[in-house]
Formats: sequence, C-alpha cells, structure tokens
Amino acid sequence: MEFLVASSIGLLTTCGTYLLLRGRTFPVVVGLALLSYAVNVFLFAMGRLTINMPPILREGVTEYTDPLPQALVLTAIVISFGMTALIVVLSIRAYLEIGNDHVDGRPVGEPSEAGDKN
Amino acid sequence: MSLTLIVLLPFIGAVLPAIMIRAGRNACATATGSVTLLALILLMAKAPAVIAGEVFQVSYSWLPELGLNVTFFLDGLGLLFATLILGIGLLIIIYARFYLSKDDPMGRFYVFLLLFQGAMVGIVLSDNILLLLIFWELTSLSSFLLIGYWKHLPEGRQGARMALAVTGAGGLAMIAGMLILGDIVGSYDLTVIVQNAELIQASPMYVPALILILLGCFTKSAQFPFHFWLPHAMAAPTPVSAYLHSATMVKAGIFLMARMWPVLSGTPEWFYIVATAGLVTMVLGAWIAIFKHDLKGLLAYSTVSHLGLVTMLLGFGTPMAAVAGVFHIINHATFKAALFMTAGIVDHETGTRDIRRFGGLLNLMPIAGTIGIITAASMAGIIPFNGFISKEMMLEEAWHTMWFDQNWVVPLLATVGALFSVAYSFRFIFHVWLGKPRDENLPHHPHDPPFGMWAPPALLTVLVVLIGLFPATIAGPLVAATAGAVVGGELPEYHLSLWHGLTPALGMSVIAIIGGSLLLLRHGGLMSATANLSRPDAKAMFDCGIAKSVALSRLVSDNLHNGSLQRYLAIMVIGAIGIGLSGFYAQPDFQSGSRELLEVSPPAAIGWLLLVVTCVAAVFMHHNRLLTLLLVGVVGLIVSLGFIYLSAPDLALTQISVEVVTVILMLLALNILPKETPKESLPGRKMRDGIVSIAAGLGIGGVIWAIMTRDLPNTISSYHLANSKTEGGGTNVVNVILVDFRGFDTFGEIIVLGIAALSIFALIETVTKGDAAKRLASWVVELRRSPNRHPMMMVVATRVMLPLSLMVGVYIFLRGHNEPGGGFIAGLVVSVALIMQYMASGFGWAQNRMKVHYHGMIGLGVIAAAITGVAAWVAGLPFLTSGFTHVHLPIVGEFELASAMGFDLGVFLTVVGAVMLALAKLSQVERMAEHVDINAEPMDHDPSAPLVTPEKEA
Repeated sequence: MEFLVASSIGLLTTCGTYLLLRGRTFPVVVGLALLSYAVNVFLFAMGRLTINMPPILREGVTEYTDPLPQALVLTAIVISFGMTALIVVLSIRAYLEIGNDHVDGRPVGEPSEAGDKN
Repeated sequence: MSLTLIVLLPFIGAVLPAIMIRAGRNACATATGSVTLLALILLMAKAPAVIAGEVFQVSYSWLPELGLNVTFFLDGLGLLFATLILGIGLLIIIYARFYLSKDDPMGRFYVFLLLFQGAMVGIVLSDNILLLLIFWELTSLSSFLLIGYWKHLPEGRQGARMALAVTGAGGLAMIAGMLILGDIVGSYDLTVIVQNAELIQASPMYVPALILILLGCFTKSAQFPFHFWLPHAMAAPTPVSAYLHSATMVKAGIFLMARMWPVLSGTPEWFYIVATAGLVTMVLGAWIAIFKHDLKGLLAYSTVSHLGLVTMLLGFGTPMAAVAGVFHIINHATFKAALFMTAGIVDHETGTRDIRRFGGLLNLMPIAGTIGIITAASMAGIIPFNGFISKEMMLEEAWHTMWFDQNWVVPLLATVGALFSVAYSFRFIFHVWLGKPRDENLPHHPHDPPFGMWAPPALLTVLVVLIGLFPATIAGPLVAATAGAVVGGELPEYHLSLWHGLTPALGMSVIAIIGGSLLLLRHGGLMSATANLSRPDAKAMFDCGIAKSVALSRLVSDNLHNGSLQRYLAIMVIGAIGIGLSGFYAQPDFQSGSRELLEVSPPAAIGWLLLVVTCVAAVFMHHNRLLTLLLVGVVGLIVSLGFIYLSAPDLALTQISVEVVTVILMLLALNILPKETPKESLPGRKMRDGIVSIAAGLGIGGVIWAIMTRDLPNTISSYHLANSKTEGGGTNVVNVILVDFRGFDTFGEIIVLGIAALSIFALIETVTKGDAAKRLASWVVELRRSPNRHPMMMVVATRVMLPLSLMVGVYIFLRGHNEPGGGFIAGLVVSVALIMQYMASGFGWAQNRMKVHYHGMIGLGVIAAAITGVAAWVAGLPFLTSGFTHVHLPIVGEFELASAMGFDLGVFLTVVGAVMLALAKLSQVERMAEHVDINAEPMDHDPSAPLVTPEKEA
C-alpha cells in the first residue's frame, strides 16, 4: 500500500510539474491542481498510513491514526481551492486584457501588442 | 537619569520647530535653541564632577538576550564631545536663524538639526556598542537629510547620496567589526570592552575587527582614501557644513578611534594603518586645499587635512600623542567652525564663494574680516593662537616617530603638511581679506552681517585667542580629563603653553611658515603649472562605480527575472531538485525503512491504476482542455477515496466537496478561455521539462517512501488524542485541533481565504474597463448552446433538494465536533447546494432571491471567529481558549455546547462567503460575454402560463 501511495505522489508531482512548465495558463492551472493533490497527500502520509483507525475517539478503542497531519491537510485543501480560484480568475483577466493566454503575455517569438520593450 | 535626558532632549525637542514655525522664524529658532541650551545646562551641571574624575553611568535593560541595553556613561571624552556638539550646536542654531533665507523651510531645517544632534550625543554617551551603532547610523541618515536640505539643487542631492553611500557602507563594516569585538569579549558594553585589551589583541580576530572598525571610522572622518565625499557634502547650507563637517560628525570617527584607543592601539597594525592613513590624508588634503577656488571647498579639504592630523596622532599610539590629538580636536572645532561661519557670511553678503573674485574685503566687512583672519591664522598654526600650540605638539610627536625604521619620513611629511596648511590659510587671509578688490561687480555689495550672524563665530574667535594665550587655564582641565579617558590610565608629564624654548618642533614650524608663504607668493605660477596635470576625479570614479554596480545587478536580475513565468518556474523547480540532490549526495545511503507495510487490497490497486491512467492521460491529452478538466476531476475523486480508505473521513468529505466546486469554477473559466492548447513546445523543451518533472517526481516519491517505511516518532499528536475530549470537549480530534488546539492557525487560514475571495472580486470588478471590456464586448460564443438553457427537470429537482441539502449542511456542522464534519465541510456543502440553484434556475433569478452579501459574510465569519477568541480574554484566558458545557433541555435531551462552535461558525460563514463570492463574480464575467440579459424567470418556459399556439404568436 505504501508503495502505491508513494508512487501516486511521485506521479502526481511529475504530471503537475510538467503541466506547470507549459506556456499557456490553463495547463498551468491544472498542473498546479495536480501538484496540490501531491502536496496534500504527501503531508497526509507524513502521519503514516493506517486503515480503519479514524481519529474519532470511541469507547474502548486505544489505537488511532495521527490526527495532526489530517487537520493541517484539511485547511490546506480549502486554501488550495482559494488559490486555484484566484489564479483561474487571474488567467481569465490576463486573457481578456492582452488577448492571448500565454503565461508570458505573448507566445514565444511574437511581439506584444504594446510593442517589444526589450 | 539626567544623562538619559541629555540624549533624549534633542529627539523630543525635534517636534518643537515643526510646530513653532507657525509662530514665526524667531519663535522657531528660540524653541530649538532652548532645547539645546537645556541639554547643555544639564551637561555642564555634571562637568565639574567629570573633570574631577567621576564617571556617570545609567542603564536600562532593553533586549538583554541580545546584549543590547540602553546604557549611557559620561567620562572626560564623552564630556568633551558632548560639549562640542551641544555648544557649537547652540551657536549654529543662532547663526542659521539669520543665514537661512525666507524661502527656506526653517522648521524642517531645525528638525533635522536636532535629530542629528541627538544622534551625535547618543554616540558619544553610549556605553553599549550596539546602541552606539544605532546612533551611528542615525547620524548618517540625518546628515543625509541635512546635506540634501536644498533639494532643488542637484549637487545637494548628489552630495547627500554620496555621503550616505560612503558613510553608510563604512557603518555596515563597523557593525561587523563591533560584533566581532563583542564576541571576543563576551560583552557589548564599552566599559567592559576597554578593560580587555590583552584578550582582544591576542585574538586571531583582532586584525579583521580592527580593519572593519577602522573602515567605519575612516569613512566617517573622511580619511584617505575615503576623503572624497566631504567636499561634495559642502553643497549643504553653510550652518550644516560648519556643524557636521567641521565640528561634529566628521569627528565621530575620531571619537571612536579615541574611545577604542585603549584596546586597539599599541600594535604595529594599528600604527601602520592609522598613522599612515592620517599622514597621507593630512598632506594630501592640505595640498588639494591650496588649489580650491571655492571658499568652502578650501575649508573642506583643510578639514580633511586636520582630521588626518588627529588620526595620525591617535595612530602614534603614545599617551602624549593622544593628549596632542585631544587638544587639537578642541582647537580645530573652535577655529574651523568659526571659519565656516565666516565663509557663510562672505557667501551671504557677496553672493559668491569664488576666491578669485575677492580681495580687500576687510575694509568692507571689518568684523567678519577680523574673525576670519584670526581663525585662519590659528589654522595656519601662527603664534599666539590655539592652533599653534597643538600643531607644535604634533610636530614634537612626529619628530620622535620612526616609520619602518626611518626617522626622517614622519617629521618630513608632517612639516610638509604644516607648510601646505600655512599656504592655504594665508591664501584665505591674503586673497580674501587683504589686498586690492579684484572684482568690482560682486552680486551684492558686501557689508557686515547682522549681529546674530557674526556673534557665534566671534565667540569662538575669543576662545581661539584665550586658549592660545592661557592654554593650561582654559583648556587644561578638559584636555586632562579627556586624554585620561582616552588613555585609560596615568598621563605623562606635559605642559600646555605657547613657548617651550628652541625645540625641533619650533624649527619645523618656522620652516613651514616661511615655506608656506613662499608657496603662496608663487601661487599663480603653481596654479598654471598644475592646471594641466590630470588628477583623479573622485566624483566621476564614484559615479562610474555606482553605474557599474547598477549595470551588474541589472544584468543579473534581467537574466534571472526576464518576465517569463516559464523561466521562473523552471529555475525554481530545478533549484529545488538541485538542493534535494545535494542532500542526497551528502548522505547517499538511501534505504527503505523497516516499518511493517500495509497489504494492498484489490480496491486500492484498482484506484491506483485509475489514478495512473488518468494522470498520464491528463498530460498526454492536455491540449484538449475540457478532457483534461474531466480527468483532473477523476484524480480528485480517487484522492478522496484514498483518504476515506486510509482513516481520514474528514479529509475525504472536504476533498470531494472542494472537487465539485473546483470543477464548476474551472468549467466557468473554460467557457471564456480558449478550448484548445496550441502545440507550440519544441521537442527540446518537452524533453527538458520531461526530465525535470520526472526528477521532481522521483525525488518526492522517494522521500515519502523513505518516510512511510519508518516508524512515526512520538509527536504532539498523542497529546491531542489524549486531551481532545477532556480539554476540547469533542471526540473528532481533527476538528478539535482545527477549532481549538490550533485555532490560531485556522483563524489565519480563513482570513487568507477571505482575502483570496476579495482579490477575485477586485480583479473582476475592474474588468468592465479598458481592453478587457472591449474584448468581452466583442466576444463570440464558440460552443453550440443548448436550446433549453434551464431545463424544468433540473429546476424542480434542485429546488426540492435545496432544503434537504441545507439540512445536511447544518447536520454536518453540528456534529462536526464529535463526528466527521465541521465548519469547513458544512460550508462547502452549503455552497454546493446554493451553486446548484444558480446553475439550474439561472444566475439572475437566484441572485434576486439571495439577499445575502457575500463580502459581508466573509467579514462576519472572521469577526465571529475573532469574537470567540477574544471572549477567552474576558474570562482571563489566552486568545482562543475554548470552553464547553453540557446543557440539558427538556425534549432534546442532554447536549454539549462548546465555545469552539462559535469559532466553527465563523469558519463556516467565511467558507460559504468566499466560495460564493468567487463563483458569483466569475459568472458575472460570463454574463457580460454571453450578451444575454439576466433571466427573471427560473425556467425557459413557464409551466403555469397558458399555452400559446404558434399560429397566434406569429
């Protein structure tokens, strides 16, 4: 099981990073979303993997999984949503302002509308 | 106590001129002067005791952990400098009142001046070296403001910048040196440090500390090769030049050398660095001064030269030389401040400072002329003025000094320096005051200035004469007290007087005076002979250096920071991989741990397989954006399933509801954005990114594998598990951690979420202007639209669902403290329920019925959480301490009421507000793009309306 989780985290990181390095805003957003999954699961797995031991206190039960990474990841998930929403809106705004969705403001080799400043 | 007051008075008083300027210039100057006068009186009250050998000390602890305490002490050296700073400061304040014109903002001038004064007094009275450094930097800053006071003049601004750059850089070096010193001794108190000379000089860090501290001193006191900033600082108003650049600030470096004299001096390093720098500065400064046509320029280089003289004396390292140095500090301060003020008078009265245009001014301005001639004679070292005595002492000391086993080097150069000094001083006398007027068309007709302007220099001139005639009576006690404080022990036998008989020093003096006079007679020829010599222009070099460093930093930042996000991200990821790899190679024994692993169940294997397939597909098909989005949704779903499988029900609930909201959000975005990603990456780039991403994935996967295969060390989690029920009153430990144990974290997080939502709001509110609005207006619908925009089935179904889903939300919220759930999850569930209404019945219809302001909701949530936290203060507990109680109600039965519920409610409200605000704003853009009116009706067809046949409609 640990191998599955570790390989999933690695794969999510690889795919997320690759998409993150693309030149258009949408793949970058998607890449960031995949990276967020990887990071969240990574943090969660710091508490080690357990089955059927949720951190809900019960009479007569003494073994629980580590609750702390879960609490940290819970807020991280919500914050990643806030971040995703923000960059989605940023990319829309950028697209509307400059007329293309390249992350650098213009596709490679094309002068920007305002003239090439460099 | 009054010691602290002496330092604080100028700072506190600095507000006065700013206020009093409204009452007029006289009131302003009077207020400023009384502040300084009061401080001076306080100081003088202590003077007799200090001269008698007492040392006053006062101490308050500030940051004792860092060794930084507010400690002041007053000994002879501090007394001398504080007297100079406050005494000459008072004269300068009077002088400036008449010097500044009506157009100059006088209030601001006095504010800066008092700030500077306070900082200077702070330097000379500080006992703690860290405190001293703070005041040291304050003088650099306030002198920057004073030099650039006439901010309309480019020379003023450039001079101020140069002074700040040079002295500020020196100050930074000095901080390092002082820290080393404090580290060697183990204390940052000057009084302790000066008693540990042997310890410091034996330390291997002695030389670095010495060099760093001397860098600070040399830059501040304009010693070669850092002397170039001082003449450029002369662009300041003359009172500033007289105060900062003759009497006080430039002496700060000398003060520090004198203060550190007991611990740093006496070594060959000290002698060769300090004495040599002083000697070179003295000769070079005097030589340049001879050729300066600007009155203040001449005085500036002469100041450089005299500072070199004092530095050289301190560098000799003998107690007698220290006495001579201290005495010359006093003498130089008196005659040079007076000379600067005289130069200011000449400038003020004639409208120019060019020596070539003067001559015979004594007849026109007899008072100013007399002052100028006497003080310049003192500067030349002519009997019977005070400058003569200290110059004689200097020559006497130079006569005995060997330099690399050569007995002629120092005496010869000292005589040459004195000779040049005579030449420029006589030039000041003969070319300005005596002789025939050379230019009849001066900008103004010169005459003596008002009393307030000549009285301060006149007072100093009286001192010049009195100290010269009765040195032992007037200055003797102060010199003894100061020199005693510098040397830190018994002083040698010495006698301050004009006549010591026929000594070598007298011979050197006579040579200097005769040689200097001859040099001046040949001045015209000398000028033309040296006119064509190329000499280094310090300002050009400084500007060139600045320009080069700017170009270098621009080169670095332009290449790293070229505006390409792709490059930044690549650098960041590659950098992170590099750091990881370096750690890996430092300890290359990567091994799996020995923890017992969980078995792989068939569902888990299926989930993993699905994840792998969707991830890889998302990468390979990312050009089709809609498909990518769906695949990412699947990934999210598997992650939630993973959470629930691995004992994290709260995470699973959160993840799945966030997933829904995220997918809706991205769909909305995709409506506007292009639907395809163009294939534009070149194969090389794809290859590079592929390698980088695989390396990143392998690294992360390897790290987490290594972690998961090792046992969990004992963490704070066991505390959380043990105390969740008893302290936090809940059995869902994750929720108790969120709202109680780590409530402050959560509080910050909901604020971040709120800020993100508000940023989205701001980004979209302004979309109605500029290019974005034009593009929206001309936006063409790309995809085919369904003819049935709001299907009746969906409208009805979501409406039936709404109360149900809201109830689920409330249920999840209420049980959150004990069972999986809580404010975050409830907020997301309720948001999803509301969004469904918007989707089914249309934005306009739903928005008309939604009477809640989402901004308000975010604010309310944060406030609710804050109030819950503050309530704990009322109960006398730390912020966010939660309490709980069990309540028994008749029908409901017993249930628990925890104050953490209030906090969780805040979380809930913020989450709903933030999610809804983000989505509502996004759909506003969609509406603008689609060019359709807000629908007032929930459905495309009103089912209750009477049927209309097509024929009738036509």
